[in-house]
Amino acid sequence: MSTSITDVIDHLAGIDPGSHLDRVRSQRPEARSNAQASFEALFAPRRPGGFSAAERLAVAAFVTGLHQDAATAAFYAARLAEQAPELAAPIANEIEAGRTTGPYGAYPAAGPLAAESVAGPVYRAAGPDALGARLAAALEHAHLLVFRPRESSPEALQALADADWSATDVVTLSQLVAFLSFQVRAVVGLRLLAAAPRKGA
Amino acid sequence: MSVLDRSAAERPFAFTTDQLGWEPWLAPLIEEELTDLHREALVDKARAKSPYFRLLARDPEILQARTKTDNDIFYNADGGLPRAERELAAAATSRHNGCVFCASVHARFASHYSKRHDDVQRLLDEGVLAPQDERWRAIIDAAVALTATPAALTTEHIDALRAAGLDDLAISDLLHAAAFFNWANRLMLSLGEPTPPAA
Repeated sequence: MSTSITDVIDHLAGIDPGSHLDRVRSQRPEARSNAQASFEALFAPRRPGGFSAAERLAVAAFVTGLHQDAATAAFYAARLAEQAPELAAPIANEIEAGRTTGPYGAYPAAGPLAAESVAGPVYRAAGPDALGARLAAALEHAHLLVFRPRESSPEALQALADADWSATDVVTLSQLVAFLSFQVRAVVGLRLLAAAPRKGA
Repeated sequence: MSVLDRSAAERPFAFTTDQLGWEPWLAPLIEEELTDLHREALVDKARAKSPYFRLLARDPEILQARTKTDNDIFYNADGGLPRAERELAAAATSRHNGCVFCASVHARFASHYSKRHDDVQRLLDEGVLAPQDERWRAIIDAAVALTATPAALTTEHIDALRAAGLDDLAISDLLHAAAFFNWANRLMLSLGEPTPPAA
């Protein structure tokens, strides 16, 4: 990473050293340091395997763009533009094409939860040629995980296998999408908590 | 890579507090393949028996950081939100996302620590909008709002939590528990499936 941000969640949530929320977070030191270690494991891994830095940032920009938290989305979009500028515009287009609200998805029609099924779009990459088959498959899987994780299936993993994803890289891809789903919520929640006035504070 | 074929007919589709199994759709590492690096990443040695954790061990670096994050959010007993209500937030998040396996585990914990079996069962049976007392209402509503994409949490949720007696460390614990289960649910749902309780 090109900047000296020591804690991405603090940075994105606007938590300054010595602030009230800084003191709150300091009471869960392992959660705080390992949320940051998770970010580093995914974006500056010691063993990147077959999942390249550009692919990781492209998926991250897509996932955080879908979550629509401006600061978090801009953070990953800026890193993508720096490391893989040719992907910045295609990913911005995919974010536009993929935006919706979740969670949704079907439960088995014959099962007891059928009445709770919520219909919604199944995203397919809008411009797969600009992305390449591997990245297009990763974005389609990421969209599934972000919005309708209950519809996950072996067939969805097979689509990744068909696009040349290894089992280990699928684990890392899944961790990356799932981690960002955590990180953006920690940011949104802590920022809101910091801003909400306390009685007697 | 090969995707493991399983019969969906066996899959439990109702929310339950029964002890479910979980079968992976991708090959986990086998126990004999685990190096010191993998075992360190598992954090808890007993997890070498779990196919879920041996599958995640394919990327030990993120597994280790994930597990240490998880443990501090749920087990750090130094003030903040009582364990029962951290588990309630995890169960409500899992119920809303549709993770039958995660909901079963964390509903059991919520029930065990709170002793409020009927209230937890109602959350599973009727869903996140089922009636609860004021404090559990505020906790479940905040967890569900944070689980939406985009997140739908507002200042009103924070106000309701404070009115229900949560201090800011407790609210932070709740936010972290719900946010973390948006991580955990997506792994459990997308890398394998729950299996029925052993007969």
